[in-house]
Amino acid sequence: MLEKALSGSNRYWAWIFFLLAVIGVGCIAYWKQLNEGLGITGLSRDVSWGLYIGQFTFLVGVAASAVMLVIPYYLHDFKKFSKIVILGEFLAVSAVIMCVLFIMADMGQPMRVANILLHPTPGSIVFWDVVVLNGYLLLNLIIGWTTLGADRKGVRPPDWVKPLIYLSVPWAVSIHTVTAFLYAGIPGRHFWLTAVMAARFLASAFAGGPALLIILALLVRKFSKFDPGTEAIQAIGKIVTYAMFANVFLLGLEFFTAFYSNIPGHMHPFHYLYVGIDGHTKMVPLMWLSSILAVVALAILVFPHLRRNESILAFACIALFSSLWIDKGFGLIIGGFVPNMFEGITEYWPTFLETLITAGVWATGFLILTVLYKVAIAVREEDTAVEH
Amino acid sequence: MYNSGKIIAGLAVFFILATLPFLLNLGKANAKIEPSIDTPEINAMPVKHCVEPKAFMRSEHMQLLNTWRDEVVRNGNRIYVGSDGNEYGISLQNGCMKCHSNKKEFCDKCHNYMAVVPYCWSCHIAPKENKS
Amino acid sequence: MSMNRRQFLKLASASTVLGVGGASVISNIGRGNLEAAQIHPDPRALKAKRWGFVVDVSKLSTDEDYQKCVNACHDIHNVPNNPNPRHEVKWIWRDTYEHTFPNTAEDKIMNKELQEKNFLLFCNHCQNPACVRVCPTKATFKRASDGIVMQDMHRCIGCRFCMAACPFGARSFNYTDPRPNIKVENKTFPTRMIGVVEKCTACYERLAIGQQPACAEASSGAIVFGDLDDPNSEVRKLIAEKYTIRRKPELGTQPSIYYVIGGGEHA
Repeated sequence: MLEKALSGSNRYWAWIFFLLAVIGVGCIAYWKQLNEGLGITGLSRDVSWGLYIGQFTFLVGVAASAVMLVIPYYLHDFKKFSKIVILGEFLAVSAVIMCVLFIMADMGQPMRVANILLHPTPGSIVFWDVVVLNGYLLLNLIIGWTTLGADRKGVRPPDWVKPLIYLSVPWAVSIHTVTAFLYAGIPGRHFWLTAVMAARFLASAFAGGPALLIILALLVRKFSKFDPGTEAIQAIGKIVTYAMFANVFLLGLEFFTAFYSNIPGHMHPFHYLYVGIDGHTKMVPLMWLSSILAVVALAILVFPHLRRNESILAFACIALFSSLWIDKGFGLIIGGFVPNMFEGITEYWPTFLETLITAGVWATGFLILTVLYKVAIAVREEDTAVEH
Repeated sequence: MYNSGKIIAGLAVFFILATLPFLLNLGKANAKIEPSIDTPEINAMPVKHCVEPKAFMRSEHMQLLNTWRDEVVRNGNRIYVGSDGNEYGISLQNGCMKCHSNKKEFCDKCHNYMAVVPYCWSCHIAPKENKS
Repeated sequence: MSMNRRQFLKLASASTVLGVGGASVISNIGRGNLEAAQIHPDPRALKAKRWGFVVDVSKLSTDEDYQKCVNACHDIHNVPNNPNPRHEVKWIWRDTYEHTFPNTAEDKIMNKELQEKNFLLFCNHCQNPACVRVCPTKATFKRASDGIVMQDMHRCIGCRFCMAACPFGARSFNYTDPRPNIKVENKTFPTRMIGVVEKCTACYERLAIGQQPACAEASSGAIVFGDLDDPNSEVRKLIAEKYTIRRKPELGTQPSIYYVIGGGEHA
């Protein structure tokens, strides 16, 4: 089926070569990081994780969100998702690959990464994260490819895929729960030490991932003959709305606990992120932008008649996705490190090279996504041609 | 077979390219690499010996060093009893390289020949060598 | 199959005599066949069930008092002096009361002398170390024999999870090549390389040959090192006699550094 990605319009090839160029630049920047060390990033001994780990965390959520299509379609036989579910599975595949790349980019000694498998340590959450992420990648590749292949031949997917699909549901929940456990079990990082971390991760994932999917589905319809379905997009819009409300609610809980308890260690990260401490205000504009975007998105999504207008829906989804991207892909990590273990402040801001490497990873993800979507669309277009 | 001419020609080119390194060196005797043990410390020994016989060291030194590393760093065991019954303090910098003070002629010569790049020296400090 | 070194050596020499060559034997032996019994600790090694420190800050006053402890450690361990504070590497350092005990720093009317006191900070060698719990490769681990929290810089993959987990900021990452920032190399100790985490190892290399940790030795009695599990040890006697506090005890990591904050007579 992969050969379908090898023929396309000029616009398709221009996009592919643009992505390749960004990847190339990212590789050059990474080569420098590999030789000179992570000193080329904005990281420091106080803020020892930054953009890479933030993006990793955010993308685990995007990957997990495929389950929001799988559950209605496969467990509740919600037929309207029949065409779009493949887009969710392939989005999960490229998101997990980006996760792996971001982890690799963050390693001080990437050549030794096999030590995680050579010296398996079940007591470490990282070990489980490696297991569940790779498992999830495999599950989605197998499920997506097999169901699409069957679809192409006009037959039902083989029976052995069904158990894998059912398995993928709890597995999706597991990848984001385990990722939350990376943070939520650390003594002394007050911002992360919260029992609702995993729940909030899942809520934000089920809002952000499907929001991206709506944008992608609208783009697919615009640039190809394949229509993922208006009703499917509307149904996802509902999912996004509920999940985002749950996410904002959980964030509110964090604020309550920190400020009503009045425990300094719990309040300080919120102070730093939203108002700044002692003139250290680098994060403040971003966090407020994130908050405003979230409010705007919710104010639109909560009204069904606004949501039904696809241009407005697209705008709301972009606002919501950007809001979560800032909050989870950046603020969440930095808030854990500032103030530091001595209640001192060291600020973090990504460097130019770090940004290029990040862009390179995103471009790699989009390249994989484009190729997979091209295949899926080509198969769907054939179907449409046969039907008519 | 379609395009059989092109395919066969292509295969032939590939076969030649892939085997070129072997073909070029066919029949040539390669210089044997012999790590030098000509250092003042070793020359001063009445009976020249390492912690284990030469054949063992030559083939197994990497396993020995790996085991040593883990024993010292992880288990705190710093004395090695050689098969000759002698006790040796385990240390790359303060043991091995005290006798083999000629890293370039001893370590690098073989490693370069075999195209292996052990990263020992990224951390461990190599002995100062006068001869370059 | 299992074959110990002596059997292997016999076989290798026999096959050489027979003209077979050692190669086939070598391929069979594999790795990890060196007997554990052939390796043992140095008899001079200091032993304890759980090593710990008592730091009496009343015995530290001048800059030099602090600096000689820091230098004793950093010089012998080839700790780089990175000019960029963001990339700073330190195993032991001097810090303020507020930074050392941040959870008590809200008190604005406390004893001025204590508030202005400086402390010596290094790895707490916790009994329940969070860094060890999170490490995905066992590169950092607690030695079963004596409780030292060790760092195997050979195995570290540089994920920096331990830095996120350590509540005491005791860990440093090599953001740049450390070598150019080491002024005088100690040729008997390794340096580190880019991309690995390092920290105080309680001078495990000195304990192994019967020496006290370098900071304790240089401190003129301000740092006392000993076995926290032995009721008759000097550290236990000091802890019994004087008022001591530990950093962030509420986190349950059980730090092994006790700070004496005043003279014995006030206890």
